[in-house]
Amino acid sequence: MSAIADTSHWRSTGAWRTLFRDQPTVPLVGLLALLVVAIEIAEPGIVGPAWVGVIVRAAIPLAILAGCQTLTMLTGGIDLSVAAIGSMAGFVTATLIHSPGGAVQGVVVVLIVAALAGAVTGVGVGVFRVHPLIMTLGMSFVVLGLSNVWQLQTVQTGAGVPPQLRTLGSGGFLEVFPYSLVVFVPLTLLILFGLRRTGYGRLLYAIGDNPIAARLSGARSWQVLVVLYVISAVLAAIAGLLVSGLSNTASVSLVDGYLLSSVAAAVIGGTSIFGGRGGFGGTIVGSLILTVLNALLIVVGLPEPSRQVVFGGIIVIVAAAYTRVTAES
Amino acid sequence: MSASAATIEGGRARGVGASAWARRNLWTIGLLGLLVLLIVFTKLIQPSYGAGGVQSLAIAVLPLGFAAVAQAIVVIAGGIDLSVGSMMALTSVITATLMQGQSDVFGVGVVIGVMLLGLLLGAINGGLVVLTRVPDIIVTLAMLFVWAGFALIVRAAPGGQASPWLMTIVNGKFFSEWVPKAGLVLLIVVAVVWIPLSRSKIGLSIYAIGSNQLAAFRSGIAIGPTKVIAYAFAGLFAAIGGLSLTASTGIGTPVPGPYTLESVAAVVLGGVSLAGGRGGVFGPIVAVVTLQLIQTDMTFLNVNSNLAIVAQGVILIGVLVLGSVLEMRRERA
Repeated sequence: MSAIADTSHWRSTGAWRTLFRDQPTVPLVGLLALLVVAIEIAEPGIVGPAWVGVIVRAAIPLAILAGCQTLTMLTGGIDLSVAAIGSMAGFVTATLIHSPGGAVQGVVVVLIVAALAGAVTGVGVGVFRVHPLIMTLGMSFVVLGLSNVWQLQTVQTGAGVPPQLRTLGSGGFLEVFPYSLVVFVPLTLLILFGLRRTGYGRLLYAIGDNPIAARLSGARSWQVLVVLYVISAVLAAIAGLLVSGLSNTASVSLVDGYLLSSVAAAVIGGTSIFGGRGGFGGTIVGSLILTVLNALLIVVGLPEPSRQVVFGGIIVIVAAAYTRVTAES
Repeated sequence: MSASAATIEGGRARGVGASAWARRNLWTIGLLGLLVLLIVFTKLIQPSYGAGGVQSLAIAVLPLGFAAVAQAIVVIAGGIDLSVGSMMALTSVITATLMQGQSDVFGVGVVIGVMLLGLLLGAINGGLVVLTRVPDIIVTLAMLFVWAGFALIVRAAPGGQASPWLMTIVNGKFFSEWVPKAGLVLLIVVAVVWIPLSRSKIGLSIYAIGSNQLAAFRSGIAIGPTKVIAYAFAGLFAAIGGLSLTASTGIGTPVPGPYTLESVAAVVLGGVSLAGGRGGVFGPIVAVVTLQLIQTDMTFLNVNSNLAIVAQGVILIGVLVLGSVLEMRRERA
């Protein structure tokens, strides 16, 4: 940040800056509240328990995928394979619906496949030091291609999203509490606890902040990274299952639309793409912001193309404002 | 990554003789060797592969080739541009829409206008990166939505019409059946823009800010303007890529193709370091041709076409792992 000449000005804004830097979720929750107020003004009466349920249900898969980005970004990486892995998970589960084990077998199979894909990615990034962007991009090609091959193999047998997944993804208790919270809340607690209270979580921050210092302090970064990309792939598969349940469709490109939003949600949530800074709490708020923003743009009646333009513009503005506020002065 | 083996072009100290040149272009030469092997392989499995195959290969390579060059310039400057595909879609629909039912002269004006527009789009990307200080990948990610949205506003569905002369520029042969016009266009356009640029002070500055921003700043290079110029040139090449899309298909398509991520893959395969400051634009072009030819070979071999994309991923990962292993060996030695 540029030097601030006027010291009195610095004193008045300094406290705010410190607050925002240390508690990045505070301004984000403010922004979220602002968006909710805006949508209520745009269409009075829309905000209610049912509406909140719809928003939360739509935001959950995005938040999980953004969680993959958050975890990998903490180490200075990124995971572009989440969309391919998520789509694969939803799709393969749907094709296995008539198998002896039913939906349960399908879910177990896709979680194992996802973990394998994540392990390969992790070895590439951790052991062979391939740039994460490229490694996960290559992995997404591999997974997408193999899903397509699988699609041709199973085109004869019937396929459909298992009813259990449909209930989990799109159902809700009293139309207010989406059932997907049953998956999301434990995952969130696990990630938050893991990042804040476990040695593994601290290692992720350490590697992202200063890989050399982390190595000199005895961290075996390749092991940390292999585990990290396995976690990320499994989370992506879970999110993919929820998306297929939410939309009641399964295709090899189902989750593709979420990929870039997941990166955006993590960044808006205050996770630094350079590593070492951020957390999952902000990411959840970031996902809610993007979901509400999208709902607002629909309520206002903008057609799809203009919505994209405004969406992109707002991502830049929020990210810029964020960088200004939290920049080290 | 074996980026140290990559080419360093531009106004660097010229090494003496051919060996120095070869050492500087080691990665590209290796890639060319791979391509030659692949061509021999293609001829073996499909003896009838000839001029016709080269023609369709060149047409298929053209848009991705320009996209890879656009990406390479930004990556050399230490950034990354995820909006390349969207810029191509936007310029492509604008071209096809404006040219529909218009005279040839007007069409020439459209081509010039679209190239200027590309410079502007790129400059906006770069300007936002510099002004907001948000990481390049985030800004261009957001601009991906913006440019793609504009493309859909211009034209909701594929359509429009390219001027006939524009289509004859890229389709067909140049004298010999073995020289496809599309290949010539790609090489000439890139050479005309890139060679003077890379030998100029601006080109050197682009390499400098990508290589070490602080050192570049201390040497008196204006970081911000240089970055904007690099993005502007990327925008220019993306616009030319959009023009070539319209020229080869005859219409404009508002939905971006897979060009952005493929261009990143091609750039890295082509020996440009994602860390910036290293590589050139000809390596990525060779990489694009190689990737495309592999896809062609897989159809010849009757391999499930979906495995082609798997192969692309495996090759991308495999080459980089190989490069990284070689690099680690050298470090230990």
